[in-house]
Amino acid sequence: MKPAAFSYHAPRTVDEALALLRNYGDEGKLLAGGQSLVPTMNFRLAQPTALIDLNGIDELFFIREDNDELRCGAMTRQREVERNGVVKRIAPLLHETMPHIAHAQIRNRGTIGGSLAHADPAAELPAVAVALDAQMYVRSVTDARWVAARDFYVGLFATAMLPEEMLVEVAFPQSRSGSGWAFEEVARQHGNYAMCGAAAVVGLDGKGAVENARLVYFSVGEGPVVADQAAALLVGEQPNAEAIRAAADTAASQDIDPVGDIHAGPAYRRHLAGVLGERVLTRACERAAGAEGQ
Amino acid sequence: MSTRQFGQPIKRNEDPRLLAGRALFTDDVHLAGMLHVAFLRSDLAHARIRSIDLGGAKERPGVAAVYTADDLGEYWQPGPLLVPPPPVEQLEFHPRTQVPLAKDKVRHAGEAVAVVVAESRYLAEDALDDIFVDYEPLDAVVDLEDALKSGSPLVHDDLGHNINARGTQTKGDWAQAEDAADLVIRRRFHYDRGTAAAMENRGIVASWDDKSQQLTIWDTTQAPIAIRNGLAGMLGLSEHQVRVIAPFIGGGFGPKIMMFYPEEVLLAWATLQLGRPLKWIEDREENFYATTQERGQVHDATMALKNDGTVLGIKDVFLHDAGAYAPYGLTLPISSQCTLLGPYVVPDYHSEFTSVFTNKPIVTPYRGAGRQHGVFVMERLLDIAAEELGIDPISIRRKNYIQPDQFPYSNEIIFQDFTQLTYDSGNYEPALDRALELIGYQEFIREDQPRREAGGKRVGISVVSYIEGTGIGPYEGARVTVEASGKVSVATGVGTQGQGHYTSFAQVVADQVGVAASDVHVVTGDTDLFYWGAGTFASRGAVVAGNAMHAAATKVRDKILKMAGEKLEAAEEDLELIEGRVQVKGVPQTSISIGELAVEANPMRGAVRPGTEPGLEATEYYGPERGATASGVHAMILRVDPETYLLEIEKYVVVHDCGTVINPLILDGQIQGGVAQGIGNAFYEQLHFDENGALLNASLMDYLLPTAADVPNIVSDHMETPSPLNPLGVKGAGEAGAIPVGALFAQALDNAFRDIGLEVREIPLSPNRLFELVTEASARGNA
Repeated sequence: MKPAAFSYHAPRTVDEALALLRNYGDEGKLLAGGQSLVPTMNFRLAQPTALIDLNGIDELFFIREDNDELRCGAMTRQREVERNGVVKRIAPLLHETMPHIAHAQIRNRGTIGGSLAHADPAAELPAVAVALDAQMYVRSVTDARWVAARDFYVGLFATAMLPEEMLVEVAFPQSRSGSGWAFEEVARQHGNYAMCGAAAVVGLDGKGAVENARLVYFSVGEGPVVADQAAALLVGEQPNAEAIRAAADTAASQDIDPVGDIHAGPAYRRHLAGVLGERVLTRACERAAGAEGQ
Repeated sequence: MSTRQFGQPIKRNEDPRLLAGRALFTDDVHLAGMLHVAFLRSDLAHARIRSIDLGGAKERPGVAAVYTADDLGEYWQPGPLLVPPPPVEQLEFHPRTQVPLAKDKVRHAGEAVAVVVAESRYLAEDALDDIFVDYEPLDAVVDLEDALKSGSPLVHDDLGHNINARGTQTKGDWAQAEDAADLVIRRRFHYDRGTAAAMENRGIVASWDDKSQQLTIWDTTQAPIAIRNGLAGMLGLSEHQVRVIAPFIGGGFGPKIMMFYPEEVLLAWATLQLGRPLKWIEDREENFYATTQERGQVHDATMALKNDGTVLGIKDVFLHDAGAYAPYGLTLPISSQCTLLGPYVVPDYHSEFTSVFTNKPIVTPYRGAGRQHGVFVMERLLDIAAEELGIDPISIRRKNYIQPDQFPYSNEIIFQDFTQLTYDSGNYEPALDRALELIGYQEFIREDQPRREAGGKRVGISVVSYIEGTGIGPYEGARVTVEASGKVSVATGVGTQGQGHYTSFAQVVADQVGVAASDVHVVTGDTDLFYWGAGTFASRGAVVAGNAMHAAATKVRDKILKMAGEKLEAAEEDLELIEGRVQVKGVPQTSISIGELAVEANPMRGAVRPGTEPGLEATEYYGPERGATASGVHAMILRVDPETYLLEIEKYVVVHDCGTVINPLILDGQIQGGVAQGIGNAFYEQLHFDENGALLNASLMDYLLPTAADVPNIVSDHMETPSPLNPLGVKGAGEAGAIPVGALFAQALDNAFRDIGLEVREIPLSPNRLFELVTEASARGNA
């Protein structure tokens, strides 16, 4: 469990990092918090020629409010996101999610951009980014573009980024008034990858009916899985237990197509998707109703 | 002594060093010119080796040597059979033991094929990537029943089958019990494999010094003396040329008494070849393949009972997974056979096992060592019988307990120490009553459970009993020496892996010699400091080494009193030992320190009398005629999330009886650690092998160990039924905590889901598996 030889680079600016990335392409790996990459290298499953360490690039570490948006630099530590007051105010769903990510020691090192770009299907942050309609700011030496989270995830550990591109920032829109949110996951032990997890955002109209809904699962597919059929079923309905149950059932039976692994078979994953779907939709609707009532 | 230290909850002498990081572990050994070793291990579980191409490995800068089986010449030998077959009639036995490096064929994933020695571990692992082994993949033997079918692939081709051994032990006449029974229940039980996952993996440093012609080996072994003797023999050295040091070790749990591991054999040999010190530290991935494992068994068990719940007899036919090689003989299946009988009267018993070779890592004893399976089968049969007979699970146990006046109680079959299985002493009902009281059994059944179930909760309770054969021979020894400083040093051959030996042994000695336990310095696991011994296993340290300590300390006490008597011109019976000094009783003015006596006992001038031994020192040995039988009752209240199937242990009680207690604090630590391991075994830990024998979860990311958040605070209490077999009256306690936990989980889950008739017949479980079992049980109920 010792990594193969690699060259090590410690750029001080994003431009330097991008230049290195263009130079090495597929052979280069960006080191953010290292919580996934380093074990993978120790197992020699990843043997990059060059390791480009982003930990010295100050411009990638920030959390700020900008035009009612939450902007996080890619290298912001997960623990910083968890404890930040702006995050809690603008993106309460993100705030609620953070303690579920691994252990505090891992969050001290792990970064928001690292997790989003790694695109682990069992990770919490990609699903929450999709649920919140986050925008990913992606740069290369020659180009810079914003990619919607929903378009960012294209498969198992795969994103819409090109080999010479790097995620530098993520923007989360302000939680809309009248909307509610919830996050929940089931892991075998605290801090382990979830066997199933769900995030929901629900908005109610003036009459208390569901105006918009988004339910996103993780650990049940190749990436974040958006339960569109469940959401469609709920929109226009009064968010009572029966309607929510029906939506969660639809999500579990129609929207997801989970495969099994050693911890959870497909049937159990579907079962959990139903349970969690119901739980997060219920809580999101309650929060939305509470927000309306204020 | 005015205050007796034996039996007191004294804090551990070794903890300051351990907690401050100042204790020596194998990986702390750094020697000048040291090289590092890495092993090329097979990715395949079963394959013929067509050829090995070393590529550029030998030429890679920094590489000192690369060896394959062919390079070992005559040194290449299968390991010794550690335990000969027991004297069981008509035993079929086909031993096959591990080899230093695979030669023609690999028999389990992770089996070592080549070894690289280099300037660093990094370079050594780089060189592994240079080597290409041309394998012819073979179908793997994974499932125990399939292994016995004709046409199955063969782990050892020369055998013509996959049977390691087959044996039957009987007591009374099972057929008669079956005929006389009002109720006969038959069930199949599965117990699957886990790994001990000690915090410290294995490690070896081997150093040959050409000038002194000495080989020194630091080894994470539980049996340094046996390792020394074996390696000396293999290498053609005198035992006095080999020193094995087992320093502090981060957990043994049994797999570290396996011998000889290929790495031990190879590092000792290679340092002689290269004349440089070598280090190999097992990494966590290697540990999942290269360190031995345990627990795969399948039981077909039948119990015959009368309507009142009296057990008439048991027939049990089981398969035992030996893995690819079986160096430990039949210790495990014999242990399962014996432990199944538990604290109960079983007049007629027929137990038949088949030990099966599979293409999986080697199986040797791991904390509990076959006992878990026996206890699981017995306790489950009792639960199922109680359910069928409409008796409560407590009553059926109470009804069948061996009574205090029945000891010594013989179960007639042969135990793992080859003596007849005989319980020395026991008193089971008081422990049961105490456990019921501590868990609040009646209150839970009558009030809490119905109330909470009415509120939609699922909660279950369970209570199980077990016995544990401990403290077997052959022997251990101890040397107790009073030093000029007045402090006392003690040496023994057993190694220590966290059990608190530096304290419990000190307590045994301190009372005899009249010093504080903190003034007794214990040395374990260095073959240059104590020559004879067997090792730390089978919950035997306190029993066997402890009684040797006691004997040696008593002899030193006699020497002190004799010498002081002569000096003070007083009769020995008029003397007392207080705080490191001897005095005429009640006359402090006469006192002389034992340190001064020690100096006088080793004079620089003059002549000592003929027949006099120098110093205040004694060496004694102790060998028990047979093992001492400890016992216990565990009880648990378990909450199940009816939606997610996650579990929460609300309360956990252990009432344990290991005879006289040396140090209750250390004992509680042993019990709690064992329970934690048992909880892992019951609900978190499972090695998942696919149909090709590949291990799917060889990392701690996917092999789940219980964490502090998963292990409850344990309420424990101790009964003391001394063993009549040894002077201290002690019984072993090292494995007790881990043994009955699977049975406890099963009973609690059945209880929580009794409305749908859940019957758990397998361990380990998981939320996923529980979901499946509940779904099946519900479907059966609705059908």
